Amino acid sequence: MTALRRLLGSGWLSAYAFLYVVFLYLPVIFLPIFSINTAATPKFPLSGYTLKWYEDLPRTPALLDAAWNSLVVGVSASILATVFGILAARSITRYRYPGRRAINGLIMAPLVLPEVIVAISMLLVMLQLGLSLSLFTVVLGHVLVCIPYSMTVLTSGFEGFDRSLEEASADLGESAFGTFRRVTLPMVSPAIISSLLVCFTISLDEFIIAFFLTGTDATLPIYIWGQLRFASKLPGVLALGTLLLVASFLLMTVAEILRRRAAGRTQNEGGLYA
Amino acid sequence: MTAAAEGSPARRMTRARRNALLQSEPVQGFALISPTFLYALILLVLPILVVIAHSFWTQNYLTIDRTFTLENYRIALTEPIYRDLLWRSLYISLMVSFFTVVLAYPIAYFISFHGGRHKSLWLFLITIPFWTSYLLRVMSWKVILGYNGVLNSGLMGLGIIDEPSTALLYNSTAVIITLTHAWAAFAILPIFVSLEKVDRTLVEAAKDLGDGPLRSFLRVTLPLSVPGVISAALIVMIPTVGDYVTPKLVGGKDGVMIANAIQAQFGKASNWPLGAALSVTTMVIVTLIAGAMVLVIRAAQRLAR
Repeated sequence: MTALRRLLGSGWLSAYAFLYVVFLYLPVIFLPIFSINTAATPKFPLSGYTLKWYEDLPRTPALLDAAWNSLVVGVSASILATVFGILAARSITRYRYPGRRAINGLIMAPLVLPEVIVAISMLLVMLQLGLSLSLFTVVLGHVLVCIPYSMTVLTSGFEGFDRSLEEASADLGESAFGTFRRVTLPMVSPAIISSLLVCFTISLDEFIIAFFLTGTDATLPIYIWGQLRFASKLPGVLALGTLLLVASFLLMTVAEILRRRAAGRTQNEGGLYA
Repeated sequence: MTAAAEGSPARRMTRARRNALLQSEPVQGFALISPTFLYALILLVLPILVVIAHSFWTQNYLTIDRTFTLENYRIALTEPIYRDLLWRSLYISLMVSFFTVVLAYPIAYFISFHGGRHKSLWLFLITIPFWTSYLLRVMSWKVILGYNGVLNSGLMGLGIIDEPSTALLYNSTAVIITLTHAWAAFAILPIFVSLEKVDRTLVEAAKDLGDGPLRSFLRVTLPLSVPGVISAALIVMIPTVGDYVTPKLVGGKDGVMIANAIQAQFGKASNWPLGAALSVTTMVIVTLIAGAMVLVIRAAQRLAR
């Protein structure tokens, strides 16, 4: 309790901060609570503890397909987005050239555009080009929305990077590629892994773009969306949602720890948005 | 290398010049960013241009008639249903950005000025729920506000109400509550970043010169954090105008927003040009409102001084 008090400081502002955190977490916490409740409708008082909703999950083939699809899309999208992110973040932090800010603004734009509009515009172009909608088109879309996040994670890892280390390596006769592999990469690898995890989490949870750009294959959020129409399926959805919450939580915690380590290595402070 | 050595002096010269150009900072930097830049051009700029083009065409059953027309815009701006949806979307997104900013400011202030050693822990604590699925967060509000939901059953259990209230879910208030919760972290971070940049010596100077805590806050800290407030308001307002999931899940009939109408045009109604015109109209109006918001907040900042 004293530790909590020290963390909070004192005064009405800290009381407000405490309530605010409760407001942020409370809705999310109802998902796990009702996923282990025996009643099929989520209401108080709780009727009893059960794990049957979880036990049903692996017995649903459509769910397993969706999970596999999500994994495939998430892995592909996070790798591609991180590669694009590395190139762009390196260019932005290392070089000065005209149009740099404008290009950066364009690459970051999906972060603030209404997702529906991004999704339907991509849909129109893909249909015009005669691409058939599939998981591949979902990956294309997810890469676009993941790049801004990858960029922010990587820029905070690349910035403040001591350039003299690279210069020293070049002076000592290392080739450009050798310098990158033996000096730059070890310094920035935590940021790269962090970017992969962030992008995977975003792709795993992303709904709108997948909803518009997928053909017949469902990802997990699309599967959940389909199940939401049936009230009787709600507990199963809550159980699945809880698992997804836990997965996102773990992935983001690891990503944040790694990002901090990367920023620490290059003596640079800043969060995902800094 | 050997090829260069064997070439004529003139060719060697041009090659040397080209190499110098290729090794210059701007060219290397641009070459490095070009794949990502091209990706954004092909999958973001080109699609938006295609949408703009479509908005001037007409759907002719299964084909698209490419004669220029403004008919779609006439429908988008004058048909009562679309006009109402646009207004409602704007109203909801403005309310949401107002509430998120007002609720977020004290937290950002608290973390920045009183966070002490735990600043990054606080930020992490506040951002973590937002890395969980948006769909799931909206769904949890449906669970809370529903007829047989947490709030109703809880209030009945406490004896505050006798019958479940239907007023909680399926209206625009439910949409506003859900979106305010969903976008909270996005408002905290820009405000926090701008508060971090406030020079603490200025606040001390105000105190030394006799300003009380409230006055020094109103006249020093608040005006200096305006850039953060503006970006927080915009970062929440722009995407929420086009939100699709929340109105669909908790909005009911009264909470339908423009994105649902746009989706319908690309789905069931199958009128792409009208859907495109609605998208373009939304984007243009959002841009105008965003510009107006920046001006209003800046003007308020000037008045405050």
